[in-house]
Parts: sequence; structure tokens; C-alpha cells
Amino acid sequence: MSAFDCVIVGGGIVGAALADVLSADGVSVALVEARSIGAGTTACGMGHLVAMDDNAAELALTSWSVSLWRELADGLPRTVEYDACGTLWLAADDEEMAAVSAKVANYRAAGVRVEVLDSAALYEAEPALAPGLVGALRVVDDAVLYPPLAARTFALRAQARGARLMTGCPVRELRPGSVVLSNGDVLTARHIVLAAGVASPSLCPGLPISPRKGHLLITRRGAPVVHHQLVELGYLKSAHGTDGASVAFNAQPRVTGQLLLGSSRQPGDATREVDAALLERMLKRAAMFLPGLDGLQALRVWTGLRPATPDGLPLLGPHPEKPWLWLACGHEGLGITTATGSARLVADQLLGRTSAIDARPYSPARFLTASSRETAHA
Amino acid sequence: MRETASKAVTLVTLRINGRAVTVPVGTSVAAALAMTDSFVSRADLSGRPRGPLCGMGVCFECRATIDGVPEVLMCLTPCREDQEVVTDA
Amino acid sequence: MREACDLVVVGAGPGGLAAACRAAEAGLDVLVLDAQPEPGGQVWRGEARKGTNRLARRWLSRFSASGARFRPGARVVAAPEPGVLLVEEGSSSFAVRYGRAVLATGARERFLPFPGWTLPGVLGVSGLQVLVKDGLPMRGKRVVLAGTGPLLLAAAATIHAHGGEVLYIAEQASAASHWSFALQLWRHPAKLLQGALMSATLISVPTSTDAWVIAAEGEDRVESVRLSVRGREEQLQCDYLGAAYGLVPNLEVARLLGCETSAGAVVVNERLETRVPKVHAVGELLGIGGVDQALVTGELAGLVAAEQPIPIEMERTWHRVRAFAARLALHDAPRAELRRLATPDTLLCRCEDVPMSALEGCQNLREARLYARLGMGACQGRTCGTAAQTLFGWSGEDVRPPCLPARIGSLRLPSEVSSTHTRES
Repeated sequence: MSAFDCVIVGGGIVGAALADVLSADGVSVALVEARSIGAGTTACGMGHLVAMDDNAAELALTSWSVSLWRELADGLPRTVEYDACGTLWLAADDEEMAAVSAKVANYRAAGVRVEVLDSAALYEAEPALAPGLVGALRVVDDAVLYPPLAARTFALRAQARGARLMTGCPVRELRPGSVVLSNGDVLTARHIVLAAGVASPSLCPGLPISPRKGHLLITRRGAPVVHHQLVELGYLKSAHGTDGASVAFNAQPRVTGQLLLGSSRQPGDATREVDAALLERMLKRAAMFLPGLDGLQALRVWTGLRPATPDGLPLLGPHPEKPWLWLACGHEGLGITTATGSARLVADQLLGRTSAIDARPYSPARFLTASSRETAHA
Repeated sequence: MRETASKAVTLVTLRINGRAVTVPVGTSVAAALAMTDSFVSRADLSGRPRGPLCGMGVCFECRATIDGVPEVLMCLTPCREDQEVVTDA
Repeated sequence: MREACDLVVVGAGPGGLAAACRAAEAGLDVLVLDAQPEPGGQVWRGEARKGTNRLARRWLSRFSASGARFRPGARVVAAPEPGVLLVEEGSSSFAVRYGRAVLATGARERFLPFPGWTLPGVLGVSGLQVLVKDGLPMRGKRVVLAGTGPLLLAAAATIHAHGGEVLYIAEQASAASHWSFALQLWRHPAKLLQGALMSATLISVPTSTDAWVIAAEGEDRVESVRLSVRGREEQLQCDYLGAAYGLVPNLEVARLLGCETSAGAVVVNERLETRVPKVHAVGELLGIGGVDQALVTGELAGLVAAEQPIPIEMERTWHRVRAFAARLALHDAPRAELRRLATPDTLLCRCEDVPMSALEGCQNLREARLYARLGMGACQGRTCGTAAQTLFGWSGEDVRPPCLPARIGSLRLPSEVSSTHTRES
């Protein structure tokens, strides 16, 4: 039996970032991962670091997290492919362009640098785009990176400070003060943090997390690259529809000279197979924005499962009914972006420190009330 | 179905990286590559030379732009008259 | 664009041709797809033009008379729903709606990394052979071959016949294993005859068992090779090196369709049907067995697809060729020394330029892919994945569309694909 101050269950980017932060504070940590570091949802995502302003809580966490990433960037290996390319939110019509001014106010109030591009400036910045777009909002400090190696970098840094890295170790059960592995070994811990993404409810029944499947496609090297991460403003409509499958245009230049294309959402779908009909919808949508798309060479298509919560915000903090259990899960499509901020918020709470932002909007207590517990136990 | 070739060898002339190469009909572009000065089909990520490897459309070492179509495998492409082959070597 | 057929055959080597002939002769509408410009597969490459091999000539003319349709230069890239394949053909693409499928995708060579294996002029053994058949000039060229099994002799015979000088044949198998294999050939008279014919023309070529290539050297192309020959090191100046260690089945299309595989081969029942209904697998997909196995399993699958009776003699032949395949697998298994040739600087993944040293700390193929980009390039791990399996015992990951790099447009679904099956007249 091994004893730790903190056992983190789940070696995705959130768990790995937390191991990094805690180990830097001298906490003895074990990071327990069923398969490999950063190989689950972390490996399936686009790797965007984006400030999002759907609501104040989301903007606070994402903008702070993006700035934390920027501070880390110089210390990341080149292979993490951190690229501060910025995001262009594309307005297809005047209605979408009108919405941009409200977003500008939101972002600036949060200290996020933004610029409004008119049509001419947009086409100067991104000549490959289809004609007819009316403008764009540029979020200057947004970036992209390669998530599996970012997660691995965090985990190896923690390991270098003495944290124990346990990969290929599925967990059977979480108990007050101990984590039971599938092989029967028991790790004792003052604190246990559940950071297992879509797998979290299997270890803590009743968590309001459900899979939301997505598809991505990456081209071969040498694709005519775009220069920013490109997202349609219509994305916001499709991203928030919780019923039925939806697609939205999202494209990223990678430092490898590849183009990464998304996106799709299928709520409640936990299968791994590529859905040909949805892929077709996604590609059709993308081709509307990038007319030369059909001629590019596709190298791979894959799917991933976002751990979605009902309000789109993660669960960060103590489990209201299990004081020995901390939650760091439910990040949906923003786990890469908010890994840095999430790790700080959980570490600060765990160590009794004040955080740079208010942690209350992400408190698991907003869902895990007495009544929801009844439902979970039913 | 293709007709059986007559005894007389028919020749075709193609251009590989601008250089004219004359070969018997039925020669693959990958084989014709060896009739230029080098047997180099591409440069790797550090600029070192690579040539055809598998000959069977598996390894992708012999990719080239052929008649304007990018990423065509030379080993699966027969030489034709006036064909324009551009490698990234 | 759309095509419809009763039977789609993927691969026009001996197995695919035999299946297509049997099914088309029984009245099925058969469509045969192959990435090459002519039918014949790798083993009968160029035979459609030259007609020098009697068996190939017989099957190719039977095929052209069978009524089966042939689409050259056609590569299967996706299988969006049961009964539909998406195919890329030159700069266009089309969908095929089929009733049954016979997969006859054949095999590729197993490459193992050694210092210098990325130099131009270093090819596979059969890779060099097919390029020679396709017109690679051999007159006055010096060639070293290193590998295993009957493919070495076949390649040497082709190179010799085209005027090349084969300086050395290095057979990795131990003498004991090699001769016990050779002595078993009497059970397979056709093989024995082929072996004798090839050996006769090559009588003057130095050959050794327990021999393999250690390194290839040269500036911009291979200039010399170092060999390990029964424990001694030998250096030879040469123009080409053919180096590969037997064959492995091309399982990608089968796995894309969801067919179960086991021990590197597709699992089939006695009707050669895979675990996916109405999808059959033949030839090398069942385990490397050569032309005889491809022909008999192709014929069987074609008859099954056309709901024809199976002659008992055909089943007997199949069981006989399977015994040969088992022997061959034993003989061709790469020896342990071959797994230790690569140095830390030697590239394992040739597409993404991943050296052996980059794999430090990786426990499995997924980690090597995610952390070091192994197999993340254009060939999708076809070359390095097979090598990694031999070197480290790492097994492959799921195959997802596209199963070959393809234009995004080739992955788009034609709108008619979901319509009902209509036979084109």
C-alpha cells in the first residue's frame, strides 16, 4: 500500500496539469491513468486555446487559462507545437456581424485583446476563404497546440519532482481515503481528485457528465494553410443546441503544415465509429468556407468524446456529499484550453488558497444537491 | 483489356523535372526516374534524398505531381507521351 | 459518380482474378478494382503486356473473356455503410454499391530498419523486382539481395534475366531451417519446379544462409553494403540493394470493413466469408501462401459468391496449400539479430522521420503515435507499423477512413449512394 497527499485519477490533460501544479507546490502526488497519458479525449481534440464568451463564468475561466498557457509557452518543448495564431470568428452575414460588437465589449471587459476585421481586412488576412463573408472578430492571443504532448510534458515535469506516474492502471473503486486499482493494489491518499473525463461517472455515479461525440479530419503536410484558427460565428448556435447532431466550420493551421478540420457534435453518442453521414455534413459545411477543400489530401479522420455537463461548465471542486473526493472533470470541448486554469482552481481550493478568479460558478454543488443524489441512487 | 504488345518496342517520351526521358511503353514512371541523373523521388523533412522503396503503392516514397495531379505514386503510373512529372526532390 | 454490381472484387492479383472469373462465368455482374494500371497484382505484374508466364497468361485471358469489369488505378478509401465503398481513381472518385465483396488485397513486404535503409537505391526485394519488370534499367548494374524465402530467388532471376549482376543473396534463415524448408518442397511439386528453374539460372550467384545486411552506405544513394555472413562481416560495392524480410498481408481494407483478424490474418469460415456477412477474403489475407493459395481460395470464394457447388478436389487443394503456407511462415520469421540493427539515429518512420531514439519511454503503438508521430504520415504506418510489430511486438490500431490518404472530395458521399440498388445496363 502506497500513501500520497493526493491521488489524481485520470491522466488526461486536466489531471496531468494538476499533477504539475501540485507537485510544484511540494505535494506528494500519484497520477493514475488507465491507459496512457493524454491518450483519451485529450488526444482526440483540436488543441485550441480559446477565450470564449458564452457567459461570464466561461469567459473568466477561458481567458485566465489562455493567459496561463501563454506564460507556460516558452517552457514547452517545440514538439508541443504551441502556436499563438489567434482566432478569427467569421461573420457570414450582417446579423452575425452585428453580434460581434457585443462580443467585443465582453472580451475587452475581461482584458482579452480583440480586433474587428471588415471584409477587406478579412480577405487580406485569409485569402483562401470563400467570398461573401462580411467580416470577423480576431481574438489576438488565442493559440493552438498538440494536446497529447502537452499532457505528457506536464506529467513528466511532475514525475521529475517526485510524483508517481502510474499508466496502464485502471481504477476499480474510489473510497474515502483510498483508491483501489483493478489489480487489487490500494493507494491511500488524503485527497483524491477525479479527473477522468467521460469515464468519471463510472467511478462516481450520479455525476452529470455525458459524452458528446465529435469528428475531426487532418490533411497531409503541405496543405495550403490558413493563418489563424477559423471558426464560424454560427458555431455558437450549433454548439449549444443540445438536441440532435450538429456541425460547424472550424479549421486550424498546424505548424506541421497540416490543416485540422472540425467540427461535429452528437450528444449522448458514446460510439467510436466514424459516422459517414455526419462527416459528410461537416465537410460540406467546411467546403462552404474553404472552396478548395475537396482537393486537399485527407490523411486521417477520427472521433472523440467530449465530457459534457448540462450548463457547459466544468465541475471543479469538492464533491458536496463526499468531502474526501475532489472533482476536476466535465470540460466538454474546452478541456485543453482550461486545463491550466482548472488545475490552479482545484489546487488552490485543495491547499486552502485564494484563486485569481472566483471558483464558485464551477462548484460541483450546483448539480450534486440532495435531490439529484436521490436520482443518482435510484 | 489491353492488347498484346507487338514485337516492335514502342517508345514514349516524358519529362521528369523538365528533363526529357524516352522509354519503352509499359515502363513505370518510378522505373523511368532511374534514367534521369538521380534515383531521388523526394526530400525528407531534413532535406535528405529518398527514392522508391516498395514499388507497390504502399510506402508513398515515390509520390510526385504528374500532369498537374499532386501526390501521385510513380510506381503505379505508366509512362505516357508528353507526361509531365515533377518531384519535390 | 456511382457504380453498382453483384460482386465487387478488391485486388486483381491471382486471388481476385480467380474469384472474378468464377463469379462472372456464373452470371454475376462483377466489378474488379485495383490500384495498378493492369490486372495481375504484384506477382503477375506486367504479364498483361508480356505474357511470358503461362499460368498468368491463362488466367488473364480467362479474366478478359469472363465479362467481369476492370477498373485500373482504383483505390478503396472508405466504406461509409455496409455494401458501399468509396473509391478514388486518378483525379476523380466514385461510390460502389455491391451485393457481395471478395477482398484480395494481397501482401506487402516486411521492411526492417537498418542504418542506411532510407538511401535511394535501397528497395524491397520484390520492390526492386517489380521495378525491374516495369523497366528499371539493369544492364551493368550490381545488385545485392538480402531477405528470406523464395522471393529472393524470384527477384534474382528477374534481375538476372534483365541483364543485372546479382553479387550476393543473403538469406537470413539458419541453414537448418532453410534446408528443412527446401526438403519439404517435394510435397509441392509445382513449387519444386519453380525453385529448380530459378536456381538453374542463378547457379553462379554466391548465396549464404545465416546472412543479412548490417548497413547500407553512400552519399546521395547506396554505394556499398555491409553484410553479416555466418558471423563474418563482408562489404560489397553495389548500385542497388533489395532488402526485405518476407511478406505481410494488406489488412487495411478488411479491417476498415470491420473484418476480424487474428495472428495477422483475416478470420474466415469454410466459405471464406469473414465475420462481416457477404464479405469474403482470399489469398494472402488468409496468411502468406503464394499464387497457389490465391488461385484456389479465389476460385472458392467466386463460386460461393455465385452460389455454385464447390468441387471436392478444390477443397483438397486448398488444404494442401495451407500446409505449405505454414511451412513458409516458419521459415520466413525474422531472426532476433535483425531487430537490433537500427541505431538510435536510424529512422523507423520514413514519412515523419521518426528515429528509434524518439521512441524512448513509449510502451505501445498508441504512445509511439501520439508522442513521437510514428506512423502519422502519408503511408499511415504501413511500413513502420509492420516493423514496430516485429521489433517491439506492438499491435496495430483500428483502421479508420480514409484507409489511404485521399482527396477530401473522395470522402464525400455522392447523394445517390443511399438510393436503392439499381443495376447499370
